[in-house]
Amino acid sequence: MAFKHKDILGLQDLTAEEIELLLNTADNMKEISKREIKKVPALRGKTVVNLFYEPSTRTRTSFEVAAKRLSADTLNIAASTSAVQKGETLLDTARNIEAMKPDIIVMRHAISGAHDYLAKRASFSVINAGDGSHEHPSQALLDMMTMREKLGTIKGLKVAIVGDITHSRVARSNIYGLSKMGAEIFLAGPPTLIPPGVERLGNITVCGKMKDAVEGADVIMMLRIQLERQGKSLLPSMREYSRYFGLSEDLVKLAKPGVLVMHPGPMNRGVEICSSVADGANSVILEQVENGVAVRMSMLYHVSGGGPTE
Amino acid sequence: MNRETTVILDGVGVKRALTRIAHEVLERNKGIAGLVLVGIRTGGDYLAQELASRLEEIEGVAVPVGSVDITLYRDDIKSQSAHLPVGKTDIPFSTEGKKVVLVDDVLFTGRTIRAAMDAMMDHGRPQCIQLAVLVDRGHRELPIRADFVGRNVPTSSKENILVTFDEANHPVEVVLEKP
Repeated sequence: MAFKHKDILGLQDLTAEEIELLLNTADNMKEISKREIKKVPALRGKTVVNLFYEPSTRTRTSFEVAAKRLSADTLNIAASTSAVQKGETLLDTARNIEAMKPDIIVMRHAISGAHDYLAKRASFSVINAGDGSHEHPSQALLDMMTMREKLGTIKGLKVAIVGDITHSRVARSNIYGLSKMGAEIFLAGPPTLIPPGVERLGNITVCGKMKDAVEGADVIMMLRIQLERQGKSLLPSMREYSRYFGLSEDLVKLAKPGVLVMHPGPMNRGVEICSSVADGANSVILEQVENGVAVRMSMLYHVSGGGPTE
Repeated sequence: MNRETTVILDGVGVKRALTRIAHEVLERNKGIAGLVLVGIRTGGDYLAQELASRLEEIEGVAVPVGSVDITLYRDDIKSQSAHLPVGKTDIPFSTEGKKVVLVDDVLFTGRTIRAAMDAMMDHGRPQCIQLAVLVDRGHRELPIRADFVGRNVPTSSKENILVTFDEANHPVEVVLEKP
């Protein structure tokens, strides 16, 4: 099984076997971060550019650490401090960066599909670090890596995803990935934040009440309410949202014993998750971050080897 | 296509060679103190286990055994069309100041050993690194030699040496495939 993609734009484009290869490589790369010398020479001489049009701490630093552990040279371009502020288009920015001969560009962009547009026009590899409300493949991969590590397998797991499904690229990537890997997905959230027809994307049940989604769940994945992406009219109030779709200790008790509580971060404590759950025994939120580095190392390694499909 | 094959070491031959290597390792290092074995995946890791059980039989003390995957250290990583899957490196002990015996099945160009030595150096600074191989088939491309050799086999570069293992990862035999 070889990875033959130049880019990773989303989990919708990958097969179950390719996802498994990325996860296996990530499992085996995790050990590198525990060594005294946390570096292997695999991507020596490669240049990785982090091009972020939206703010990010976790994803950007995680990609940067991952690239450095593989010995690649990294540079970061944040749109807020670059010529983008002066009105440069995405393609012009990319052409200018291309002239400096990068090998991989890791990009986050507010517009869904920006990566696809870029990947079709670029000689370098493009990794999607989040595009609008479309996909966030590295997040879903690290979520799946954490599930596999803690529960042994993904096949047959009951995964509840709760919150703003419409605007969540994390949810969309997880829906594609988890469905391909054979999990059952239960979605819950305010009806205004669940896209109609979402069931068609995978193995999905939409639940009206949060209780129905988390009951008997192996994994509860909470999503952040993305105030920057939604109009004001979709939620009556944060307080009401928290009351109906916040994860409390009582709700955790309805799930299977040993249920994994996940959150892609950054958390709004007291809104979608209460602090005692976020810091509780079932929470694997910090393990998710740790696995994020290994998953991104795996993605960088495999795209740098995968040429266009012959 | 049927390839012509010759058995170079049968089951008994492999066992004898490993037993002899175990004795040579002990003789060279004056016992087992400070010794650790690291097998190169895949093949060398199974042989390292075999060698460790022989050392334990002789000395009555268990030797730490680890395995190293050298995929990320390969020098041909750029020329491959798609990257090879990465295996797990598992060295659950410190190699700092230890006598490391690297174990591999076949010594050929020496490039794998170069990669494995680089990997070992990233795990700490061993007192020394020695190399034990089941078969040395020649054609070195780097200045590397083995300290312990099961069998020297002169080969042409078009031939292939295959060490086979059973389901429990015990070595079965060594076969030479002619083109």
